[in-house]
Amino acid sequence: MNIHEYQSKQVLKSFGVNVPNGKPAFTVEEAVEAARGLNSKVTVVKAQIHAGGRGKAGGVKIAKSLDEVKGYAAELLGKVLVTHQTGPEGKKVGRLLIEEGSNIAKEYYLSFVNDRSTAKVVMIGSEEGGMEIEKVAAESPEKIIKEYIDISVGLLPFQATRMAYKMNFKPEVIRKASAVMLKLYDAFIGKDCSQVEINPLVVTAEDDVICLDAKLNFDDSALFRHPDIAELRDETEEDAKERWAAEEGLNYVNLGGDVACMVNGAGLAMATVDILKYYGGDPANFLDVGGSSTPEKIATAFEIMLDGGQSKGIFVNIFGGINRCDVIAEGIQKAAQIIAEKTGSDGIPVPVVVRLEGTNVELGRKILTDNPVKNVIMAPTMEGGAQTIVGLVKEAEKNG
Amino acid sequence: MSIILNKDTKVIVQGITGKTAMFHTKQMLEYGTKIVAGVTPGKAGQVVEGVPVFNTVQDAVEATGATASVVFVPPRFAADSIMEGTEAGLDLVVCITEHVPVQDMIKVRAYMEGKKTRLIGPNCPGILTVDEAKLGIIPGYIYKKGHVGVISRSGTLTYEASFQLSQAGLGQTTAVGIGGDPVKGTDFIDALKLFKDDDDTKALIMIGEIGGTAEEDAAKWIAENMPNKPVVGFIAGVQAPPGKRMGHAGAIIAGGKGTAADKIKALNAVGIEVAENVAQIGETMVRVLKKAGLYDQCHTC
Repeated sequence: MNIHEYQSKQVLKSFGVNVPNGKPAFTVEEAVEAARGLNSKVTVVKAQIHAGGRGKAGGVKIAKSLDEVKGYAAELLGKVLVTHQTGPEGKKVGRLLIEEGSNIAKEYYLSFVNDRSTAKVVMIGSEEGGMEIEKVAAESPEKIIKEYIDISVGLLPFQATRMAYKMNFKPEVIRKASAVMLKLYDAFIGKDCSQVEINPLVVTAEDDVICLDAKLNFDDSALFRHPDIAELRDETEEDAKERWAAEEGLNYVNLGGDVACMVNGAGLAMATVDILKYYGGDPANFLDVGGSSTPEKIATAFEIMLDGGQSKGIFVNIFGGINRCDVIAEGIQKAAQIIAEKTGSDGIPVPVVVRLEGTNVELGRKILTDNPVKNVIMAPTMEGGAQTIVGLVKEAEKNG
Repeated sequence: MSIILNKDTKVIVQGITGKTAMFHTKQMLEYGTKIVAGVTPGKAGQVVEGVPVFNTVQDAVEATGATASVVFVPPRFAADSIMEGTEAGLDLVVCITEHVPVQDMIKVRAYMEGKKTRLIGPNCPGILTVDEAKLGIIPGYIYKKGHVGVISRSGTLTYEASFQLSQAGLGQTTAVGIGGDPVKGTDFIDALKLFKDDDDTKALIMIGEIGGTAEEDAAKWIAENMPNKPVVGFIAGVQAPPGKRMGHAGAIIAGGKGTAADKIKALNAVGIEVAENVAQIGETMVRVLKKAGLYDQCHTC
């Protein structure tokens, strides 16, 4: 789960990490009020969206007066920011962070992540702060410093000190820098983060070490023990269909195209998206209905795929393991009924190609051939099914 | 021959009194698995599908001499169950549970270091040795006895690939689902090492997906250590957008790393053929075996 910068800073502050004074604002008035409260010579107005690259996209403004704060807040609120991480459609700004300006002397990079290949938490530091770390890693890998942490004893002070020296902090701030690292590690572990990224970590002209930006991501699987973090979710940042699916226990990712698919299992669902594209289709989504489906869940999956008229055709690709093909077949029947009732039509409005294999496959196929559902076609193979649905969607497009 | 698991392996089901565990205990027994005990704290004395239940893994091991376990407990208790099995000196723990917190798994890995127990999973379908035994949820009827080994990060793709092999007349030795989590026990290379030493396994299917660099590492290992056993690859997630978690916790392209294109390139670079799409895994294996002169030997069903 992602949260906003201002929320990340609040979390870090609760662990004793130095962050600039600041307040979130949802309106221009709140922004001005927050700036007045800060009483800082320079105020930073920062757009809060779940994507990096905001500075370059014009989402961070430096204001020297309350009037300027007002102007920038009015400009940014409601604006769609397009950064290298948002995709071309961008993200609409609904919140701002109003923050006191800092007297930056030097910028650094610091992050913590769970490293899969070593199964350890790793702290990554660099004296090249304020840049994209992937770029630093590609151009000057020697400037990326890593400390692997033994989780049974935690980040050790000597490791933090060593990192501070290797990052070339000046002698006066080595202790402060290593102290920040130890606190950040506590936050990383304390809140089950999947990532804590401070870019930049800055040394100020006054020799303070502060987190000027902060990006915290959390392990979804551990949210059950952090209700305070779960509450920080900003639903406006999420795709409406993805949110709807999550509420129903379905794994859905919107890919923007018009050939939908419904699959069991994440791997097969990814592979199905790939095979639709392989045969020339434009995949609408990734959708994993999971291992323990009911006809009702299948029906909901259909509603989500059809919502808003995005999908011009649906490929159902099931390899029954725990999922039984007869349950899927009943789900398709139920979906047709529900959609007919809700829209006052005679069933599913787009072609549906169904490939069933695995547990109870004969029974599943029998259900759909004995009681045909409008627009539903059985495919004997996955390859054939993928080609058929792509062809049908293309035909539908041609006929307008 | 096979790897890790055979018909004589004595198995404990951890969390046996849960609904899913009960269902799969029955399935595993029907397949021939020697399940000798179940464990659920507070339920000692009960019997599930004819299997006696104990309070602790230690009790179960002492009473039955079990050497392996399969874990079906809820995510928040899964790490503890794995460590309990490790502490009891089991050779093998297979964790089926999905949604285990990553930092719990980092602790588990630190705890297991230097100990003899092998972990498979979490978030995996388990392991099946054809016509002998299975631990986990892999549907047994797909499999036919033969000489192809299967290693996969994804459950349904394990079934899909194995089904295509059986359809093509290529039986299997053992299928290992290593799981879709970023931090796990057995990885591709660990499984490859075991298959390398199994004379009965003549060829391998390796099914990967986006996220991490385990497939790239495996490609390098194969080139250096196993030049004579043909491997066919498949990678899911060619169309996955960066930064999006595609169902599995580990299936995410992060910081430009872990794309399907990189993985396919790494596999091809060491001469491993990668099936162009998911429907072509079986036929790709047929082609590769024919080229290697192993087809007749592997055409077992």
